[in-house]
Amino acid sequence: MNPKRCAACKYLRRRCPKDCVFSPYFPPNDPQKFACVHRIYGAGNVSKMLQQLPDQTRAEAVESLCFEAKCRVDDPVYGCVGIIHLLKTQIQKTQNELAKTQAEIAVSQTKLSQTQNSDFM
Amino acid sequence: MRGHEPRSSSSCAACKLLKRRCTPTCIFAPYFRSSDLITFAKVHKVFGASNVSKLLGEVPEEQRQETVNSLAYEAEVRLKDPVYGCIGAIASLQKKMLELQHDLAVARTRLLAHSGVTNQVSPLDDSPELAAFLDLVPYSDLMLLDGSTSLDAYLYDLGQPPFV
Repeated sequence: MNPKRCAACKYLRRRCPKDCVFSPYFPPNDPQKFACVHRIYGAGNVSKMLQQLPDQTRAEAVESLCFEAKCRVDDPVYGCVGIIHLLKTQIQKTQNELAKTQAEIAVSQTKLSQTQNSDFM
Repeated sequence: MRGHEPRSSSSCAACKLLKRRCTPTCIFAPYFRSSDLITFAKVHKVFGASNVSKLLGEVPEEQRQETVNSLAYEAEVRLKDPVYGCIGAIASLQKKMLELQHDLAVARTRLLAHSGVTNQVSPLDDSPELAAFLDLVPYSDLMLLDGSTSLDAYLYDLGQPPFV
């Protein structure tokens, strides 16, 4: 067996060809990365997804697939959608806080101008 | 007949697509109705039926509908954005959050100035767990390079249950 097989081919126990679609993105020193992606998407689906993308975008695609797969392993029910929901909730809370603070500023400015007007008189 | 399984009166979307007999114990049937083939088709295209079956088998039954909903959402987003998938949405939300944090810090400083207090307060002091979330994904820089990314493209379905 070729000792320089990528992590995917090592995991799948097969020969790693020179044009292996996985090898640029799944180095042999990080077996967990492919194991996680394979567990959620399957090697076949990942291979198809990568083959449908231009070369220059494949590294980013692999990283995003790895992240989503890890999220799904950590949270089998919601995966990374749980993070989206949490961020959306936090955004809403911060927007409310910002609106409240801006309203307080407006009230404070009104009081200040009323005080200045009465001093002027 | 020997080994005969009772034929289901109607196949679920998964069994229709996979062209197999839908049994009464089919794991997909409660969540992929035959009237909605497209949802299963998308989930199958991204995750594969056998992986979905394994995932559903690993969660308690009462959480399987939520699991299917989130898988369907992820699959939909991945098919629309094959490179970044949901990470694009997360990065956009992180960028929005950072902008709001900045605006809130500025507003609080102004309010404190009006009150005659000079100490600045960071919104992150109130929620350290949120600060951790803002370091979640290294893709924020990508969104900062292209400010034209629309949140609506990623968030349109989050208005629907069970994400509300």
